[in-house]
Amino acid sequence: MDLCYTEAEEAFRDELRAWLHSVLPDVGPPPADHTDLDARRAYDTQWQRILHEAGYAGIHWPFEFGGRGSTPTEHLIFLEETERAGAPYVGVNFVGQLHAGPTLIAEATPEQQRTHLAPILRGDHVWCQGFSEPGSGSDLASLTTRALDDGDHYVVTGQKIWTSFAQVADYCELLVRTDPDVPKHRGITWLIMPMDLPGIEIRPIVTALGTGEFAEMFLDEVRIPKVNRVGDHNDGWRVTMVTFAFERGTAFISEIIASQRLLADLAKIAQKVTRGAARAADDAEIRRRLGRLEAELDALWSLTKRNVSQAQRTGMVGPGGSVFKLAYADTRKRMSDLAEQILGRVGLAIGDTLDLSELDHVGERLYALTLTIAAGTSEIQRNIVGERLLGLPKDR
Amino acid sequence: MDFELSEDQEALAESVAALCAGRFDIETVRSMATEGLDRGRWTELAETGVFSLTRPEPDGGLGMGWAEAVVVFEQLGRALVPGPLAATTLTAALVGLADTAVVETSGLDSAEIGEGAASGSIVVGTLQRCDGPCFVEFEGWIDGLVISDDEGLWWIDSDWLKAVNATEAAHPLDPLTPVAVVSELPQGRRIADRATAFIWRQYGALLTSALQLGIAAGATDLAVEYAKQREQFGKPIGAFQAVKHRCADMITRVEVLRAAVYAAGVTVDGKGVDDPVRSVAVAKVLASGAAAACGKDSVQVHGGMGYTWEVDAHLYLKRAWVHDLAFGDGDDYADQLAGGLLSG
Repeated sequence: MDLCYTEAEEAFRDELRAWLHSVLPDVGPPPADHTDLDARRAYDTQWQRILHEAGYAGIHWPFEFGGRGSTPTEHLIFLEETERAGAPYVGVNFVGQLHAGPTLIAEATPEQQRTHLAPILRGDHVWCQGFSEPGSGSDLASLTTRALDDGDHYVVTGQKIWTSFAQVADYCELLVRTDPDVPKHRGITWLIMPMDLPGIEIRPIVTALGTGEFAEMFLDEVRIPKVNRVGDHNDGWRVTMVTFAFERGTAFISEIIASQRLLADLAKIAQKVTRGAARAADDAEIRRRLGRLEAELDALWSLTKRNVSQAQRTGMVGPGGSVFKLAYADTRKRMSDLAEQILGRVGLAIGDTLDLSELDHVGERLYALTLTIAAGTSEIQRNIVGERLLGLPKDR
Repeated sequence: MDFELSEDQEALAESVAALCAGRFDIETVRSMATEGLDRGRWTELAETGVFSLTRPEPDGGLGMGWAEAVVVFEQLGRALVPGPLAATTLTAALVGLADTAVVETSGLDSAEIGEGAASGSIVVGTLQRCDGPCFVEFEGWIDGLVISDDEGLWWIDSDWLKAVNATEAAHPLDPLTPVAVVSELPQGRRIADRATAFIWRQYGALLTSALQLGIAAGATDLAVEYAKQREQFGKPIGAFQAVKHRCADMITRVEVLRAAVYAAGVTVDGKGVDDPVRSVAVAKVLASGAAAACGKDSVQVHGGMGYTWEVDAHLYLKRAWVHDLAFGDGDDYADQLAGGLLSG
């Protein structure tokens, strides 16, 4: 066990830091209006282009597909440094960079790879994900969006939900039912759907935070060419699962660093506000809660390094990712509780903490609700941990 | 950066696990509640190098790192090996070394104390100095007591201990951690300076966190095995999400704690990027929460059987509670971390 970085890793970090220092002043802050998705797209893809020009796009993608081919540890350093420097998030490029792109690398034809990978890396193409349906959330494989076979096309009809950024996307990674008469996992196909095809209707869904990146997508006899199929007919579930093998323990690195900043900021606020007759920072219970959360975030950062080290040695993380997500979501919810306790009535407004802080602790408190839901609810994660890590029997 | 165990570290963990399985099976461990510490087996621990692991090589120790000690102590905790493991290891690592001044104490000098701890011939307990009556662990098992305070480390040998009229509690919380009430502690003879006393507390917290990691893992294993074989309503109870999810929460705590404890060990050895004092505080905060929570959950998964003397679940929980109070409790270290956060 050695937590020190190698000379090569430190050199990578130094070079990245210097580069971030040189480019970030010209990038500016993200658009203030959360509901202006065109502005979001322009801002996020501009950052992607800047990364691409400097050779940092697709940091974890293999070299032969235009990526940098970095090790998991370099990926960790990249995410740590960009977050500490306040660089833009992956944003609208999330699905292309982290999900569709890796899937195409693993499963697509050379022709499909030539068409799609470079534009994702350059920030030219934005992707969205058409997996979940109103009737198929945690039980994703029960999806019912039908694709009828019509010569060299699939004709797709159905409804998708949680297709974030569909409003501004160029392509969608789409799961469809191609055979309703076989066990559910064996009748699914993975398609590349251009978002400008006739028959696609997108309606925004407003989140509890009041933002609008969520959407639902209605598909009415959308004709998708069969050349857009990735993997075999009815083999889409396996294609989807392959993508998860790309996870290298890095998924929450930006979150951890951002959480540490939030907690440090809460400590500062606790020195400014009073609780009873004294400063909140002098309240023994608040101090201990701050200290415990500091310990938990530190431990989660160590767990991240364990998962990344495991990925570096074995190529995968396994249920360690689920363990991390469970613990992290739990810690963030308790951070929210502490923020509520420290902010008191200042917590009655989102995004306005008077002169107490630059950060939006109330918005973060709402955001934390998603952590036990998105990308596999905590209940599903506990099933994964219980069954795959502990070997407990299935109840199905 | 590579935060996986090295091959040597894995081999070390396996050899200690094998020793525990062979020589500290749970029946043997339980028998010590009535028979007292098995000094023969204690010597076997010493011969395997448990106490001399972090003792410098010039002093006859193995000169290994605290990361290795953490790996070993995790296994000792898992097997519920009783006795003052941390205090004896600390004594071997810190007391009466060749490069420090030898201090005469009544009967033994500090070099003999350190050597004796390493070889297993002297069993050493510890206590943080406190006013008034205090509870001393293992009073009947030990050959001497190291008191730590702000001024240094102080030695009290067994004759002195006998002279202070220790009253052994008839029912210690943990049957394998006997305690005696001592009305007033003697000052003792100073065997180390204040800097060493600070390190004593810090490394003690580290080793205790590693024991708690093993306890949390052991309690989890016990619960998971039971959930697999105990059937109700026609299926193993582990198939029910209410039980399965509790088990998932247990292993989650264990894995987060393991990351914290290993990171602290590595950082204390100078192979980290963080402040070692802070890393140890993180480990102890996590350990005090996770070990007791896993102990309680293990009792709960066992249902009524979990509340019996026969099932081992209560032994994990009780040991977790004992360790929470050793070398500073979770609240102490949380407060320390908050201090850092509030001054930053």
